[in-house]
Amino acid sequence: MSSVEVTGESQGTRLLAWIDARFPLSKMMREHATEYYAGKNFNFWYVFGVLAFVVLIIQLWTGIFLTMNYKPAALDAFASVEYIMRDVEWGWLIRYMHSTGASAFFIVVYLHMFRAMLYGSYKNPRELLWLIGMLIYVALMAEGFLGYLLPWGQMSYWGAQVIISLFGAIPVVGDPLVEWIRGDYNISDITLNRFFALHVIAVPLALVMLVVMHILALHETGSNNPDGIEIKANKGPDGIPLDGIAFHPFYTAKDLVAIIIFLILFSAVIFFAPEMGGYFLEHANFEPANVLKTPEHIAPVWYFTPFYAILRAIPDKLGGVVLMGGAIIVLFFLPWIDRSKVKSIRYRGWGYKGALAVFSLSFLVLGVLGTLPAEGVYTTLARIFTFLYFGFFVYLYIYTGSEKGKPVPERLTYHG
Amino acid sequence: MSEDSGLSRRRFLNIATSVTGAVGAVAVAVPFISSWQPSARARALGAPVEVDISKLEDGAMMRVIWRGTPVSILKRSPEMLNRLENEQADLQDRDSKQEQQPAYAQNEYRSIKPELLVLISNCTHLGCVPTNRFEVAPADLGPDWVGGFFCPCHGSKFDLAGRVFSGVPAPLNLLVPPYRYVGDNVLIIGEDTEVAA
Repeated sequence: MSSVEVTGESQGTRLLAWIDARFPLSKMMREHATEYYAGKNFNFWYVFGVLAFVVLIIQLWTGIFLTMNYKPAALDAFASVEYIMRDVEWGWLIRYMHSTGASAFFIVVYLHMFRAMLYGSYKNPRELLWLIGMLIYVALMAEGFLGYLLPWGQMSYWGAQVIISLFGAIPVVGDPLVEWIRGDYNISDITLNRFFALHVIAVPLALVMLVVMHILALHETGSNNPDGIEIKANKGPDGIPLDGIAFHPFYTAKDLVAIIIFLILFSAVIFFAPEMGGYFLEHANFEPANVLKTPEHIAPVWYFTPFYAILRAIPDKLGGVVLMGGAIIVLFFLPWIDRSKVKSIRYRGWGYKGALAVFSLSFLVLGVLGTLPAEGVYTTLARIFTFLYFGFFVYLYIYTGSEKGKPVPERLTYHG
Repeated sequence: MSEDSGLSRRRFLNIATSVTGAVGAVAVAVPFISSWQPSARARALGAPVEVDISKLEDGAMMRVIWRGTPVSILKRSPEMLNRLENEQADLQDRDSKQEQQPAYAQNEYRSIKPELLVLISNCTHLGCVPTNRFEVAPADLGPDWVGGFFCPCHGSKFDLAGRVFSGVPAPLNLLVPPYRYVGDNVLIIGEDTEVAA
């Protein structure tokens, strides 16, 4: 594209040429859409990345509009949320979109991560893609936690109290660190104000940049597929992978179907069950924050409960915090813990299929336990499933040293 | 000048520039990190509070807020103190060896006057406010329970002196804040006897 000379072309084409000489618009469209080739056999597991992107846009957009009426001050915050819900035109809808979007974000991200475990999408050469994805996940958890303080309800306040206190378990620097995070001797107006700043500026900015890096890394290595083989290994004479189809229009059309189905479900929740029985918006949070009284039963929102169950399973403050953090950190190392050369679960041994099933079950059971009180049989179960959660990674490292699976095909298949 | 010395000169300049830049980056980070410390206003609002305890009856408890944190003031009845003295429960720090109280409260009752207990009511586990459970041996807390505080968040147990039980997630006894008496019925919380006795 060295020349801008165009003859006998339409106005549109000439405009595009004018832009392309100054900004790589067509080049980017080709690299990331019309000439980005992905395996032709994607199944429904491959829609959750796009859905996560859609939810990100929903959260950014609704978030901007919420800041127009929300007041980040301890005396005003709770009332300003009520004001949005009752007095602002369509305010209830915008807020429910945002609160439901938070849960939807985690649903699609958990499914997206599970997809990566099914088809080995974190393996060579996509380790960095996985690491960037993990950073997105951590940033998302931070964003969810920071945002949860903003309505300044009872659960906002005491949830934040518990989570910030976790840092107090760190030897020596713990207590000053906690005070530094709060900016006060207890959670206060000051804490709320800075959490607002982090929630609306710092973390979203980091999230958007990480998402761009995630997509760039994906498009550098190329997408994995349900067979877990590299389509770039089989190229036609034109240099295009024989088993690849262009992202646009083929996968954009397919993704559009997924987006429409997702938006139907998303709308159904917003209109008919925005609180989701206390799982998306907890009942205790309809009461303003009260420094003097902790709610009878404290539980984080559902997307944190697996880790919260691990924290409570350990009868030691530092030990509980270390294991809870470890449960997230260990995921970063997955590309190196799983030593199998075979990527897709289709061609892996029963030892992996069974272990992945146990691991997924552990995550779900811990998630349920985290919403229940920590007593009696629940604590025993939490300990068993915490052991299984971590056991998965130990087992995986040993097992994949000598895993026997099925032969991997040369070319993509449509079944398996 | 030889080619070799030119290279080492360039390396020296690179390192010197990098180090200077790093020092500048650290220096510029200081104000931003410090801005998260409690501000002058937050510190001023954290000043000691005066509490009138003349209306507090035996066995009753009141809560005041100091530094945005609830402080419990419990007037233990002679019967409660008696229970405390004969307590059989397994405690992590029976003799209050950990520095969770000022020196003048490092005694059997963890208080200046035996009957009047002053505690920060945030659990030493993750900061929830433990509930009052002053009854003896209720079904859910076991036969060793002689009354105390129970944290609903994660099940930590404390006795009537704020001492933590063994086998619960909280690692330390409840914190006794600095406090002093002004006469018999007025407490200053947040200030030591050393300031003005």
